[in-house]
Amino acid sequence: MGIRVIRSGLLTTIQDLGRFGFQKDGVIVSGAMDQFAHRIANILVGNEESEGALEMTLIGPTLAFEEDALIAICGGEFEASIDGQGVPLWRPILVKQGSVLTIGHCRVGCRAYLAVAGGFHLPKVMNSQSTYLLARIGGFQGRALQKGDVLLLRESGRKLELLRFYKKKTFLPFIAMSWGISFELRAYFYGSPKTVRVIRGAQFADFTTQSQECFLTQPYEVTPQSNRMGYRLDGPPLERKRSTEMVSEAVTFGTIQVPAEGKPIVLMADRQTTGGYPKIAQVIAVDLPILAQTRPGERIVFRDISFEEAQRLYLQREFELKQCKKAIISKMGE
Amino acid sequence: MLSYELIPLSENALVIKFGEQITPNIHQRVRQVATYFTEHHVEGIIEVVPAYTTVTVYYDPVQFAKNTNRKSDIEVLPFEGICTVLKNILSSLESANTPQGNEVVIPVCYGGEFGPDLEEVARKNQLTPEEVIDIHTNGHYLVYMIGFAPGFAYLGGMSEKIATPRKNSPRLHIPAGSVGIAGMQTGVYPIESPGGWQLIGRTPLQLFRPHHPQPSLLQTGDRVRFQAITREEYKQLQEENNGDSRYS
Repeated sequence: MGIRVIRSGLLTTIQDLGRFGFQKDGVIVSGAMDQFAHRIANILVGNEESEGALEMTLIGPTLAFEEDALIAICGGEFEASIDGQGVPLWRPILVKQGSVLTIGHCRVGCRAYLAVAGGFHLPKVMNSQSTYLLARIGGFQGRALQKGDVLLLRESGRKLELLRFYKKKTFLPFIAMSWGISFELRAYFYGSPKTVRVIRGAQFADFTTQSQECFLTQPYEVTPQSNRMGYRLDGPPLERKRSTEMVSEAVTFGTIQVPAEGKPIVLMADRQTTGGYPKIAQVIAVDLPILAQTRPGERIVFRDISFEEAQRLYLQREFELKQCKKAIISKMGE
Repeated sequence: MLSYELIPLSENALVIKFGEQITPNIHQRVRQVATYFTEHHVEGIIEVVPAYTTVTVYYDPVQFAKNTNRKSDIEVLPFEGICTVLKNILSSLESANTPQGNEVVIPVCYGGEFGPDLEEVARKNQLTPEEVIDIHTNGHYLVYMIGFAPGFAYLGGMSEKIATPRKNSPRLHIPAGSVGIAGMQTGVYPIESPGGWQLIGRTPLQLFRPHHPQPSLLQTGDRVRFQAITREEYKQLQEENNGDSRYS
């Protein structure tokens, strides 16, 4: 039963929307890097948006289905096939027991999420299924998936309904629903250089006028020293007018810190809870998925907007997701 | 009364800033506010993170966009909504007393393979290893904040006499429980990690317990003392910990 891992891919972990309530204990939040794709994948299979899903990175896993399953793969443009037949992303897919899903290289973007109806049968640690690699807890045995692992699935009413509906038809090895997420909604990570919007950080004014201008106009390249913890960027170095010592305080997803050598670091899902470097800017929440889909070697340009606008965009995104969820539920009912 | 500022960190987090300097007054206020939120559930507030001079509040903007007290169709900016709530809470806390933090004794086996840098710390400070242990165990330490790693406490109060710069090249693997010195700071590595601190000993205590309701043994505001133990005592305590596997 469940899903057996035949090949693990580059870095495949279980992630939900994060581990909250324990940052005061120094426990990092973790969770999906691209929360938009993660949430949509769960919505497409009828799960709570916060359910744990597989996060894959640049090269996806090969998975053998030892039971029927309803899945959705959302995120970067990964090559995916089931028993040799191409599989569309951003759609619900009913997979027949005994078939093998092969997810290959990512052509555009960097990460994708595989959600399965009902969710994975894995315990929560500190209220979350997210994998915390450094502390070796959460997810699947606190680590990235390996060959031979078996992921057990929980029951799903949605899957059973669909199976009943398709019982008369043969659907080897899979059936993709005829509808999915529109290109407009899922095209956020195309283009080069990508524009990422920010609000000014608490120490923005401490930087020289020239550095402020550089930061908001010049492209910055994502270096190979970038991972789930943070993206180290390369570009014109940023200097402060004076170097006052700072005391450490909380930092969050998308905080851009500048250490003494002047190269900015964007903090990502596995960031530490606190930091002591000056904060030049904060990536706005709705643009974090763009960053999560940016791979080493790609370039980004930062553009600043007001905090008020950022918060309005946040509310608008939540409203859109709610509408999207309603539309999917009514589609599923048809 | 201490003044404060409310500063946005992101769309869903804001910083209550009490000042720039680490002082006992500010630390007390940070603890008072953080304690309030661990004891009271406030609708829409996800969690709070105390630090040296700040408390960061994570919140759900959707919750605070609802216009509750104004008769208009326009939603309020979530930041304004939460600021109103926080100002009320902060002013009601003005006179409240915060109980002192817990006193925690950390048993440490100093030197040998557990503290490979004890000799270096002694030499650089023109002391004997015994004197370093004496100074370290006689200190009264205060947990100013937790961060850097799960269960890692930033401790204040170490004597200048044993201050030692970090190692030139960091070690790749430092075992959990290692007690170290870095400049004017001392601390305990709660999980195995790389690091550049001078290692003077090791504790058998678990500082990070992922399955315990309070995962970090130490909390902001706790008062800490170190106590020297022998190798035999270390082994005995370690076995007792392993026997109590409920939370490991």
